Amino acid sequence: MIDIVLLTLLVVIAIAIIRMKDLFAAVMLAGIYGLLSASFFVAMDAVDVAFTEAAVGAGISTLLMLVVITMTGSKEKPTRHKPFSALFVVIITGGLLIYGTLDMPYFGSADAPIHNHTSPRYIKDSMQEIGIPNIVTSVLASYRAFDTFGEVVVIFTAGIGVLTLLSVARSKENDDKIEAINDSMHQQHLVIRIISKMLIPFIFLFALYVQFHGDFGPGGGFQAGVIFASAIILYTMLFGLSTARKVINQTFVQIIAALGVLLYGSVGIVSLMNGGNFLDYNVLSSNPITGQHLGILLIEWGVGCTVASVMVVIFFNFAGRRAFQQHKKKLQDKESSAC
Amino acid sequence: MDIVITICSGFLLLVGSFLCISGGIGLLRFPDFYTRMHAVGVTDTLGAGMILVGLMILSTDLLVFAKLVMVLLLTLLIGPTTSHVLAKAAFHNGLLPKDSNNLSQAKEKENTSSIL
Amino acid sequence: MLIGLFNDWIVVVLMMIGLYIVIAHGNLIKKLIGLTIFQTSVFIFYISMANVDGGTAPILADGINQYSNPLPHVLILTAIVVGIATTALGLSLVVRIKESYNSIEEEEIQQQDNDEQLSMNKAEENP
Repeated sequence: MIDIVLLTLLVVIAIAIIRMKDLFAAVMLAGIYGLLSASFFVAMDAVDVAFTEAAVGAGISTLLMLVVITMTGSKEKPTRHKPFSALFVVIITGGLLIYGTLDMPYFGSADAPIHNHTSPRYIKDSMQEIGIPNIVTSVLASYRAFDTFGEVVVIFTAGIGVLTLLSVARSKENDDKIEAINDSMHQQHLVIRIISKMLIPFIFLFALYVQFHGDFGPGGGFQAGVIFASAIILYTMLFGLSTARKVINQTFVQIIAALGVLLYGSVGIVSLMNGGNFLDYNVLSSNPITGQHLGILLIEWGVGCTVASVMVVIFFNFAGRRAFQQHKKKLQDKESSAC
Repeated sequence: MDIVITICSGFLLLVGSFLCISGGIGLLRFPDFYTRMHAVGVTDTLGAGMILVGLMILSTDLLVFAKLVMVLLLTLLIGPTTSHVLAKAAFHNGLLPKDSNNLSQAKEKENTSSIL
Repeated sequence: MLIGLFNDWIVVVLMMIGLYIVIAHGNLIKKLIGLTIFQTSVFIFYISMANVDGGTAPILADGINQYSNPLPHVLILTAIVVGIATTALGLSLVVRIKESYNSIEEEEIQQQDNDEQLSMNKAEENP
């Protein structure tokens, strides 16, 4: 029952996004869309997926789009021609897809083919072979570790891509000027700065809890990395980019991102050197179960490091580009008013 | 004893849900941004708090109880801060309350930088 | 049959709304939002296929013997994170396009490209 209500609300929000001409409202609606789909995943008993979607889809995605809107303007120009051909294509494709779903098994049926081939083996044998209660983590980190390796490399590549496109060379900042700006802003933003100073250590602690508790409940490397990065992003938004750059060295963060991927790959290579296959954790220790636990711990650590540092790198580059654009505009205005 | 606990927690859950619904109605019916912020900020925090206390009474495990206490503390801390920050951002960007007839005073306040 | 296949039909509707936003709107950020809607509808499809009546979350506990299927959960976890990576790259491309063309509307960008092409052809004809 609740999933029917949630899905109807999702369709209403999607139609509202089509009709919005103000991009700011459209981005906030997209954030609400992500949060509602995370609630839908909870109703479907997919707790790990709901965690990730709430952190990534409703948190980081909305934040990055808002930062980009401040740089590109927030009004959409109405199109001059009527979109009849687009509607035609969409209706034909939709009709064909609905015709295709008529043969699908009904929602929730336990004898659907998807539940009968590989999943029973994972559910039955996960406790004996790997020994952790969370089946999703055991499949993600051990049975299908190679896919997760590809995913970590994709995140790392996205970080490199954003660095290539958006990084600017910075001049050395004047320390006294930063102190002066910080003091004048402190009076203005007193309440939120104090509250966030109280909260940021607990957010870090929660990120570490999610990282190491991923074996026993929902959690794992991805969610922990995103939560860790969001604490740093909160600090940056409140105290200014220059202060945050002094607190968190950019080179250090980039090195941590690379080290995470390296750690993941090294676990595979050590397995190869010990006589097993690539990313086979049974050979990492004399007892296979201990080897599995050690392997899962190390690679989740690598995943958490890479995800956290890449999210921080992406945000710092977006914010730095915006500061660069404003600086250039100020110089241009000064030149045009001088001559 | 069990029936008393169940009735208490059911009552608290219902009151919390009613508060959240009334916050939603206030969001739609109030005329101005600041009144809407006030409606949502107050009722959402109290409604979520009541739902959490209702769940706390029902819990049997100490770990679940501790986690719910922490979530309650976080909600009580973050709800009012968020409505404060939103209202302050709106005021700082020039959105004036509706029917405000002291426009010059408001503009003067905005120019000094010691707004809390 | 309506209740049994309701999830699948809603997923098709959401997918088509996302596709319509990508095709019919000219603003680049609106297109990226439409792409996000499309991706999330595919996630909803997989997760609603993984649900089993009477099952719980796939975390082993005493006394429970019917679990939801954990394999689609793993696939969608990867897909969500890859989706945010591509969205971040797309957004940085939008920022660079705005700096070069001073606009993020598809028609204006194509107009500027056509004008530049025409002026280059004219410069070739009259050396």
